[in-house]
Amino acid sequence: MTMKISEIVQCLDAQVICGAEQLDKEVEYAFASDLMSDVLTVKKERMLLITGLANLQTLRTAEMSDIEVVLFVRNKAVTDEMLELARESGIVLIASPCTLFKVSGILYNHGLKPVY
Amino acid sequence: MDLEFNVQGGDFVRAGNASSQIKKVLKQLNADSAIIKRVVVALYEAEVNIAAHAYDGVIRANIDTERIRLLLDDNGPGIPDIERAMTPGYSTASSAVREMGFGAGMGLPNIRANADEFVITSEVGKGTHLEITVYLNQ
Repeated sequence: MTMKISEIVQCLDAQVICGAEQLDKEVEYAFASDLMSDVLTVKKERMLLITGLANLQTLRTAEMSDIEVVLFVRNKAVTDEMLELARESGIVLIASPCTLFKVSGILYNHGLKPVY
Repeated sequence: MDLEFNVQGGDFVRAGNASSQIKKVLKQLNADSAIIKRVVVALYEAEVNIAAHAYDGVIRANIDTERIRLLLDDNGPGIPDIERAMTPGYSTASSAVREMGFGAGMGLPNIRANADEFVITSEVGKGTHLEITVYLNQ
């Protein structure tokens, strides 16, 4: 079971911040964490990162981990520097005002898999 | 191929820049994506460590057809007890570092987990030296 980014956007009523041309990409796994140290230990490919930590190092972590799509929760602001880095690295950014728990529950119900 | 990067302590805007450049080079060399990920995750953890703990540091990368070797030298407080620093969960990171999503005491163990060879030496009051080797064809 995989989900297209466009399906994730639709079922969460999320906002696409950048990477709108890549919404056909698919993910199989999701990992929800505000701790980048934990994200950096995950080996899975085709994984969505769900996080409430919005800073440049969130995007660096995604870049190093081959994470192609990041979902920011809890109404986090994305700075111009973050946007630039995401575009440079080809990372899709989407955002939801909901809590991490809520979006995780919805996406789990839609079949996205936990990494362990 | 030899590459060199400077890292400034406390600079969390540019931290990750060296790892990003190395990733681009390894991609151009058509290295396996799982191996690239191991290299850049290990390097990024180490680069963040310099930004988090040291005054400044230098990253040197030597790449040949067999392997990439990364040498990281920082000017900083050094690590008094390396064994303790290698223990998962042990951290001396500041609250500023933790706010960036790090400082959980997982960096050094994760570097070791991703490297084929890993050497760490440190002198208190001077700095820390890391050698990370990853073979590109295994």
